[in-house]
Amino acid sequence: MDYLQQFCQQTLNGMSLGSIYALLALGYTMVYGIVKLINFAHGDILMVGAFVSYFFLRRWGITPVTLMLSFLPAMLFCLTLGVLIEKICYKPLRDQPRINTLITAIGVSFFLENGARVIPGIGPNPRVFPTLSAVNYTLFGVNISQVQILVFIVAIILMVLLNYIVSFTKIGKAMRAVSFDKGAAYLMGINVDRVISFTFVLGSSLAAAAGILFASSYPQIEPYMGTMPGMKAFIAAVLGGIGSIPGAVLGGFILGVAETLAKGFLSSQLSDAIAFGLLIIILVVKPSGLLGKPMGEKV
Amino acid sequence: MSKKMKTLVSVLLVALFLIFLNILVALRVIDEYTTQVLTIAGINVIIALGLNLISGFTGQLSLGHAGFMAVGAYTTAALMMKLNFPIFFAVIGGALMSAMFGFLIGLPTLRLHGDYLAIVTLGFGEIIRVVMINLPDITGGPAGLKGIPTYTTNFFWRPVLSFALVYLALALVVLFLSNLLKSSHGKAIISIREDEIAANAMGINVFYNKIFAFTISAFIGGLGGALYAPFFGYLSPNMFNFQKSVEFLIIVVLGGMGNLTGTVLAGIGLTYLQEFLRFLKDYRLVIYPMILIIVMIYQPSGIMGLFKNKEFSITGLVERLSGKGPSREESSDQAGDVQ
Repeated sequence: MDYLQQFCQQTLNGMSLGSIYALLALGYTMVYGIVKLINFAHGDILMVGAFVSYFFLRRWGITPVTLMLSFLPAMLFCLTLGVLIEKICYKPLRDQPRINTLITAIGVSFFLENGARVIPGIGPNPRVFPTLSAVNYTLFGVNISQVQILVFIVAIILMVLLNYIVSFTKIGKAMRAVSFDKGAAYLMGINVDRVISFTFVLGSSLAAAAGILFASSYPQIEPYMGTMPGMKAFIAAVLGGIGSIPGAVLGGFILGVAETLAKGFLSSQLSDAIAFGLLIIILVVKPSGLLGKPMGEKV
Repeated sequence: MSKKMKTLVSVLLVALFLIFLNILVALRVIDEYTTQVLTIAGINVIIALGLNLISGFTGQLSLGHAGFMAVGAYTTAALMMKLNFPIFFAVIGGALMSAMFGFLIGLPTLRLHGDYLAIVTLGFGEIIRVVMINLPDITGGPAGLKGIPTYTTNFFWRPVLSFALVYLALALVVLFLSNLLKSSHGKAIISIREDEIAANAMGINVFYNKIFAFTISAFIGGLGGALYAPFFGYLSPNMFNFQKSVEFLIIVVLGGMGNLTGTVLAGIGLTYLQEFLRFLKDYRLVIYPMILIIVMIYQPSGIMGLFKNKEFSITGLVERLSGKGPSREESSDQAGDVQ
């Protein structure tokens, strides 16, 4: 395999990983845009989604149909969980300093991880996620697997759907209004609480889908599996400009490709450090991200 | 009582208390197990105090203090093992190295606001850990570093010495911090937490004061790590993960952000609780984050919020006992700090 071919192969793998990051980053960016909260627990929603799908597939067996069907319970379970977390943990703190909400979010994240760890059915040991038998297609010498095709298709469908909801529906318009100015939106008769809950619904169901895709690509699931993708997705959201939906998608793809290339050509151990280094460079050089609007501090 | 007298009385009382504790340990009234738990608690309290300075008093959330602990611990170990430094200088060296890291990390990152700073410090904590795994010559790599010289056993029973040193360091840190916070630097730091823009408008150099607080915070965090290395005798990069940073954060939050007394009480209490709850096995991992969430929702000012966020003051106690009543200035000094 020559150099160019290897480069193309790694880029393709990176795009596949990047679309998972993008799905997750969308949740971060929407929640941040509306309640100005870094939802640390978002990565752990991915883990919960993967586990719901795992139990579904173990009950009904693994076929392409059941795999697609397993998105349904996973997304439903996670959106309920997301709304519950918002109502119980974040809502009472909405008027408190932001540092308090952030600490609560860390608490929720640890609660979900360690909670999964002590639930008898899950436990601390990694489990193998059921996968379809591997089928590879070769195109110009670049391999693309069945799972990668699935990842691309699901990610594109969900992104188009999200774009439709945010841009063309009434609730989407309300979301944009709340994100622009919460107080004014409230005065215009928008039910801010409902919009915030709806944001968590969207974000959590995307995270659940990302969880299934992630578990299908790297078929090993355990309670702490969400931490790293969660942080990477957050970096992706910041890279694209936090609060910006196209930015989150772009950031996800860039980070996925950069990480895979770093793994392929530099060192696999240092790829996490490279991702964090990238975050620090963006924040120092251009804190508003690639597609974000620079915002002045208001008194 | 004059100010000098007050200081003298405080120092004397603290010294007496420490000597008393050490005698108890040396006579094995406090058994070896309890001594060890108390020593670990002391180290945790030291690092949590450092974290409280930057997160509680300056209002800049840091999620990477385990990283500073790691820098302090590994530097101390390397100084003792490779360069044969005596333990005292190795500990100071570890803390200084950590302060340097804090300064260098603070320079680019403290320009960022609130949430971003939290994420970047988290990132640095992770980077430090990954780099340590990849520097096997100094850190022993992922397998860990064994055979660090422990506190010398020539004169004392070992647990006594480590206990005495850790609590001496703790007393010095508390003394330093409480004086710092009463100084003009301290007032400037607290004003940044209350309102950064207003502080800036009043002529406080916000960036300089943040760097100052962060560097000292890193120094104290490194000191805790430096004391940890010879106490434990073994280090592994995975001891210093994100989970560890959050443990210190829980101590600070439970004790009350911006309250030194609370951090000391919560640090000792939680470390003891951790040992006490061992029979619960993994379930205690669920209890901890629940404490964090519940405290944040119902009692955001922590346990000391129940006492109007006052600081414990020895001179105030002495005056109350001698019947003169508490001097207002001393005992309600921090009362205005309720968030």
